[in-house]
Amino acid sequence: MTPLLPQTGVGRSTRSAWREMREAAARRKPSVLRGKVLYLDKLTVSFDRFKALDELTLYVDPGELLCIIGPNGAGKTTMMDVITGKTRPDEGSAWFGPDVNLLALSEPEIAQAGIGRKFQKPTVFELLSVFENLELALADDKSFWHMLVAGLTPVQRERIDEVLHVIGLGAERTAMAGALSHGQKQWLEIGMLLMQEPQLLLVDEPVAGMTPQETERTGELLLSLAGKHSLIVVEHDMGFVRSIAQRVTVLHEGRVLAEGDMDRVQNNPQVVEVYLGT
Amino acid sequence: MKTGTQALSALFSDRTSLGCFALLTGVALVVPVLNVAVPESSPLHLSSYVVGLIGKYLCYAILAIAVDLIWGFCGILSLGHAVFFALGGYAMGMYLMRQIGTRGVYGHPVLPDFMVFLNWTELPWFWHGFDRFWFALAMVALVPAALAFVFGWLAFRARVTGVYFSIMTQALSYALLLAFFRNDMGFGGNNGFTDFKDLLGFDLQSDGTRSALLVATAATLAASYGACRLIVGSRAGRVIRSIRDAESRARFLGYHVESYKLWLFVFSAVLAGVAGALYVPQVGIINPSEFEPINSIEVVIWVSIGGRGTLYGAAAGAILVNYLKTYFTGALPELWLYALGAIFIGVTIFLPRGLAGLMRVKSRVE
Repeated sequence: MTPLLPQTGVGRSTRSAWREMREAAARRKPSVLRGKVLYLDKLTVSFDRFKALDELTLYVDPGELLCIIGPNGAGKTTMMDVITGKTRPDEGSAWFGPDVNLLALSEPEIAQAGIGRKFQKPTVFELLSVFENLELALADDKSFWHMLVAGLTPVQRERIDEVLHVIGLGAERTAMAGALSHGQKQWLEIGMLLMQEPQLLLVDEPVAGMTPQETERTGELLLSLAGKHSLIVVEHDMGFVRSIAQRVTVLHEGRVLAEGDMDRVQNNPQVVEVYLGT
Repeated sequence: MKTGTQALSALFSDRTSLGCFALLTGVALVVPVLNVAVPESSPLHLSSYVVGLIGKYLCYAILAIAVDLIWGFCGILSLGHAVFFALGGYAMGMYLMRQIGTRGVYGHPVLPDFMVFLNWTELPWFWHGFDRFWFALAMVALVPAALAFVFGWLAFRARVTGVYFSIMTQALSYALLLAFFRNDMGFGGNNGFTDFKDLLGFDLQSDGTRSALLVATAATLAASYGACRLIVGSRAGRVIRSIRDAESRARFLGYHVESYKLWLFVFSAVLAGVAGALYVPQVGIINPSEFEPINSIEVVIWVSIGGRGTLYGAAAGAILVNYLKTYFTGALPELWLYALGAIFIGVTIFLPRGLAGLMRVKSRVE
């Protein structure tokens, strides 16, 4: 144990001593962090009296595809909001890798640190072309002055073409994103995530509103990404979750209700009760 | 460097840009010739009054482009751009006042007439330096830029957007209007500055100077248009449009939205200031009425009539509406505001993309 109170500096003001203690506390990270891509520790978020997250603790391994299911209001979206910096928790901590304290970063900083998010509703830039959408998401220096003068290097162009191929939109590269079908928009958005070269992808309901063929194609796409990236997929479609899940976490009222592979989770009596409401 | 040249060559191969440049070059060549070289007896002769009017319209076109850049491409609806226009105008006005010298009514070698009238004995500190043209030019850009930077920094950082931002810019115009009305501000109170004599030693009343000012204004308009085109055509331009369409999404992609908005706003304010500086020597007066909140709203009307998000449409809207204004206020003065309202409503209902939308439909048919 390192001493918490500073031993030297007799005569320093209490305030600076407190600041050192605070900083020391911030440096003490949970030991479970080792080897995890994401570690959420006892996150609590309340809106008025309602606790959207209630001491939620959760981790993601490198290269893992973690599926999160849960009834409406279980806190899935709030959890994503906390990870991406949109919502600040009342209590708890969130670590990205061993060194990055997510709660100390702003939304763009978190995005640049390597966490990409796909929203529930596809939000691509409808008035820009598919190519331009991917270009916007490209991992690069994103300051105004750089963007004002920068063109695309051949390597960056290749990278965009590669992602166009992965998401199967090679033929639509000059089409306006607004003209794409619902499924294609979802893929474009996943493609935009890939352009950011994130370590961790947060994917919110990727197959909602998709045709069976599109769903199948999306499953393949997500599975092909696991390994290179870590993924958290939030989904309602149980059949879809069963087909892609390695590990499933069930959220309920802001807490983890059950965890494990799909069969174990589905046979958990508490999960059955929550879902069937009996 | 390479991308810069590419962007420039793209600018000159784009048909709309080429058309705009050609049109402006035409105006800059033909109008002075018709004014100076064609004898007054000829029906082709353009009076100095008309030359001044055209110059004024071109200044408004620059202002409209400045507003279109932030509103049409980034969704920032500023209802206070007349402030930056007026500040640029005042900076130029201060230079012109210092040029009057002993030719003023009171004949004081340093102090402008209004200061003598107020029994001031020395020049206020912020008037120093304005006897030099380069200093005044720098202030034409720096003063609007500084105000836009501070105002934008506070507003964008606090994530003030949409109608709240617009209301704040209106409040800013009103506050400055009241401030500039005060005599002890040192800017001539409600009379402002007028009775200018010369600019860089050239008589402002002479036809040659007026033509030269028109050419300078046309060149500035072309340069402003080109600069804005380069910005919106760059990768930053795509980011700016993405901010307009889905601000929070752009944030999640890792863009510092505030800094993009801030620099764009500052640039737009500088353009407005330059437009104001060109305006003042051509109309011969600047007073606090330029800060009127209604002026800023009118600019937005020009832009939406011309076609938002096109730049050339904004410029065309400014020129057209102001031409109509000149016509109506001469022929049927009591009808002007009704006519403006009718045009605005008509365009909103029948041409939601403004007059520029007509061109787009036509080119699609072809």
